Amino acid sequence: MTERITKSMAKNIYYGGGTFALMIFIALSFDTVHQIPKRSNQQNMTASVVAGKKLWEANDCVGCHTLIGEGAYYAPELMNVFQRRGGGDEGAFKAYMQGWMAAQPLDTPNRRKMPQFHLTDKEVNNLADFLIWTSKVNANEWPPTIEG
Amino acid sequence: MKYTSQAVAKPYFIFALTLLAGEILFGILMGIQYVWGDFLFPLIPFNVLRMVHTNLLIVTLLFGFMGATYYLIPEETESELWSPKLAIITFWIFAAAGVATILGYLFVPYATLTEWTFNNLLPTMGREFLEQPLPTKVGIVIVVLSYILNTAMTILKGRRTVITTVLLTGLLGLAVFFLFAFYVPDNLIQDKFFWWFTVHLWVEATWELILGAILAFVLIKVTGVDREHIDKWLYLIIAMTMVSGILGTGHHFFYMGAPEYWLWIGSISSAVEPLPFLLMILFAFTMARERKIEHKNKMALTWAKGTAVMAFLGAGVWGFFHTLAPVNMYTHGTQLTAAHGHLSFYGAYVMIVFTVISYAMPILRGRPYGNCAKAQKVELASFWMMNIGMVGLTLALSIAGLVQIFDQRVGTNLIGFMDSQESIAGIYMVRLAFGFLVFTGLLTYFYSFFVKEPAVEPAKV
Repeated sequence: MTERITKSMAKNIYYGGGTFALMIFIALSFDTVHQIPKRSNQQNMTASVVAGKKLWEANDCVGCHTLIGEGAYYAPELMNVFQRRGGGDEGAFKAYMQGWMAAQPLDTPNRRKMPQFHLTDKEVNNLADFLIWTSKVNANEWPPTIEG
Repeated sequence: MKYTSQAVAKPYFIFALTLLAGEILFGILMGIQYVWGDFLFPLIPFNVLRMVHTNLLIVTLLFGFMGATYYLIPEETESELWSPKLAIITFWIFAAAGVATILGYLFVPYATLTEWTFNNLLPTMGREFLEQPLPTKVGIVIVVLSYILNTAMTILKGRRTVITTVLLTGLLGLAVFFLFAFYVPDNLIQDKFFWWFTVHLWVEATWELILGAILAFVLIKVTGVDREHIDKWLYLIIAMTMVSGILGTGHHFFYMGAPEYWLWIGSISSAVEPLPFLLMILFAFTMARERKIEHKNKMALTWAKGTAVMAFLGAGVWGFFHTLAPVNMYTHGTQLTAAHGHLSFYGAYVMIVFTVISYAMPILRGRPYGNCAKAQKVELASFWMMNIGMVGLTLALSIAGLVQIFDQRVGTNLIGFMDSQESIAGIYMVRLAFGFLVFTGLLTYFYSFFVKEPAVEPAKV
């Protein structure tokens, strides 16, 4: 196969093909950036949601959990934890989160441990708001089941 | 060694290997904590172990790439490195910043670290693989810019080859795409979208150019095959890489909030992604078969062929397993991703670093015909231990991923994450055992450096 391809042909495929792919990628990226606000309900992104995201980052939550499938695989997926643990009820979920965060680390021998992050009640509410907002993102029907 | 400035590569190689040992050690600690959750807790929580593990890998590879560049650029351009002094200064800055960052992860709670390092001025921390504090990120930019400057200036004053062009393009891409690490939108989905610009376009596009250039260089040296012939292969490989890899970014946009068209674009283009790796196998084995010289350093060629095969398995085959959107619906965010991640990083990038070190280090140590037969024998043993270890570890993680999928995502009798993980504990122990094999292989590799040369000079080529 390679005998029929000359070096200059290979070079042209590289420059031509690479540039072509890059241009399509850039064009689609512009479109995606325009579509994401609608798909993620950006209008519902309150100050509390943004504060929750900052807490999510400052405590490196993604180092153990996945969120919309990305992150570490040591601890449960959290995109649908609002449905799984709060049954889709905001009040119930926030109460659950307050209890859960306060109880860490659980005293079960050899169970994987979640550290105690010493967050204030307000901060836990921010995190809950962030996870509630995330659960409503249109991620093409993912995750496939409630168990994540 | 034809040019004295090539010697600056040596500290880079030694430090890369040292960091790699740390990387694997922390991998083993994670493997233990996976099964025994109390291990090291609360001293080092899992997320900290993981940051150290993945960040050490990234820095290992950057040091490896830099060492490789400083070694090969003088020979390719037929001129001394523009500034060996700059290369040495950058080495110490990067090494010090790297060590300080790792110590920061280990000894300071992460939230405190964000406060200490001005993360509130420009929040960039707490995202997978890009956990580095702002000063470290800025440091990386400075180091990479000085690295590019040194490389580009050397190329400008010397001979230009396809290898130098491809390498420089890869380096520029590496620098440009890292800049997205500084852009963190408040909207999580926008954030994830641009995060992949750094993460995917590093490992599945620009780094592959660097990989291709290093592989081509070593193959020219150890096979003596005509450069024109090798150039053509290199262009073909990177052409396939660019065509498939750039739009292949779409396979990360299936289920994270991006529009539906990525399901098609990502699936189709990433289905092509194994192709450049297949070409790489054909390339390495064809060059080995058509070799014009019998280089006494047999291990360099062995690593080169091994890189092509393992990169194809890890990046190509294991990538393909879960790259089609309907499959990815079930595999997304499971241990299958971890399986693919481990074998591809090892096969493509760790092994190319081994390849270039295996070729260059004996020369840097005054052994132009490679290490003695006994040292090469030890190195060959380490080659197989690490490869078998990594394949075993990958298979274990793949099975873990499948069990996870059937536990949590298929059928009606679903169980939760923690219960599923408990059912996988035995497989995680197998994974851990293979991890130990990899570490033993690496120690054996280190030992090969200390095998004494025989008193008599080996016959000249």
